[in-house]
Amino acid sequence: MIDLSHLRADFPILHQQVNGQPLVYFDNAASSQKPRAVIDSLVHYYEHDNANVHRGLHALSNRATDAFESAREKLARFIGAASPEEVIFTRGTTESINLVANIWASEFLKPGDIILYTGMEHHSNLVPWQLAAKRSGASVQHIPVLEDGTLDLENINALLTEQVKLFTCVHVSNSLGTINPVKELCARARALGITTLIDGAQAVGHMPVNVQDIGCDFYVFSGHKMCAPTGIGGLYGRAEVLAKMPPWHGGGEMIDLVTLETSTYKAAPARFEAGTPDIAGVIGLGAAIDYLETIGIDRIHEHGAALTSYAMQRLTELPGIRILGPATGDRGSLTAFHLASAHPHDLVEFANTHGLALRGGHHCTQPLMKRFQIPGSSRASFYFYNTTAEIDRMMEILHRAVTFFS
Amino acid sequence: MALPDDLRELYQQVILDHSRSPRNQGQLSADSCVHIHSDNPSCGDEIDLYICFNDDGSIYDIKFEGQGCAISQASTSMMTEKVKSISREELIQLIQDLQQTVLGQGEIQNPEALGELRLFESVQKFPQRIKCALLGWRGLESALSKNSLSRS
Repeated sequence: MIDLSHLRADFPILHQQVNGQPLVYFDNAASSQKPRAVIDSLVHYYEHDNANVHRGLHALSNRATDAFESAREKLARFIGAASPEEVIFTRGTTESINLVANIWASEFLKPGDIILYTGMEHHSNLVPWQLAAKRSGASVQHIPVLEDGTLDLENINALLTEQVKLFTCVHVSNSLGTINPVKELCARARALGITTLIDGAQAVGHMPVNVQDIGCDFYVFSGHKMCAPTGIGGLYGRAEVLAKMPPWHGGGEMIDLVTLETSTYKAAPARFEAGTPDIAGVIGLGAAIDYLETIGIDRIHEHGAALTSYAMQRLTELPGIRILGPATGDRGSLTAFHLASAHPHDLVEFANTHGLALRGGHHCTQPLMKRFQIPGSSRASFYFYNTTAEIDRMMEILHRAVTFFS
Repeated sequence: MALPDDLRELYQQVILDHSRSPRNQGQLSADSCVHIHSDNPSCGDEIDLYICFNDDGSIYDIKFEGQGCAISQASTSMMTEKVKSISREELIQLIQDLQQTVLGQGEIQNPEALGELRLFESVQKFPQRIKCALLGWRGLESALSKNSLSRS
């Protein structure tokens, strides 16, 4: 396994005690920690360059605009977009999905159309479509999930039909760790003229992502799961698709000409970015991409896969454990499990008193928990600053928890 | 690595014992029985309470089914052992005293009636678990008002 432990020095937050024990932070799928370089970029912006973007003719506004737009260029390159104009800044994955489920859907969904998603989507990729279906008269269908945590694609031809107008799928499942075959699924969908949206919340910053290679129309993600601040994220939209979409929020920045009667609108991305954006957040996201690129996204992915594999192997030591998701093959850097002896909330409480941060519950995937007939699960999710020594520490704590609750 | 004291207080032996072997499990189907479903949507804990009331509003029999964390299941199990054969007034006082024990607010009127339920004062140190400790008790409250409504 590659040793990235020297990078821990870049993360001030990791060096603390929680409940008298050294912090082990294994809740990265919920939110990652921030390196000093990202924190410093925010301080630098507010101390030196703070001004509104795209408006001023003065030095500070120009600097802020340059930093803002250069972050867009970095992000476009980072995810393999054809141009920076295909990248829209949003508050994160949820807002990106809601933008498409409102604006694209209002233009293109008609009664009788089908929205196809999968049984392993996060609530944020279910609820906006259910709302869109209600508004448009379309209906929702889903691809089921197999016992091993992969998609049941046996009847995909019966599900992915010309009646489907939008197909959406999570790239990496936040509950199962499954990496879905999004490229193949998008190719099938595209052949039928179906618009596609991939939820990359757990993928970007964790593994190489290239939206043109995937061949999707939309790709959505959050900055805070990849070392950037909270409240900033992105929506990739293929230029051709964005060009057909009406504006979302109306306001400053998204217009060409405004009269008292009517207005004309800018092209993407400005069309979808009304009002003063989260400038500091965007700059922080740019700094996060710089930071991740100095490590190398391939190395981050390899390290995450090795940690996950090690954790899954050690977790089998626990009596009565059921590990969710694929047992073998490439996985996202997380593992969720259910212990017969301890409810997830009791386990997470126990872990917390030992300084170990796990997530317990339904992980915003209630249909998936129902599918596997469990009330919830406990999840350990890793990032490049985590180590096998921390997994050993987790196992020590989990063994104690099993003894305590059995 | 010693177990933290707070944790030992939260998961006392009697609480763990009730969570592992909950008492009064099952359903009651008589016409006079009230059925109340309570859940915490954010964590998925569920309790189904089945309560038979006497004409005077006291509880004749109580059973429950549920799934969830040790705190919610033990609290409900211990509740079912306390509420039979006490008057309606004592019952209302018990609910109030238990809530004040868990929340750490107000004065406990009848500490003796609470008995082992006083262990739940340790939940005060774990605010995110208050809703677990009160899940079954909230169901009991609903059952009481449903029962009074059906009689009025």
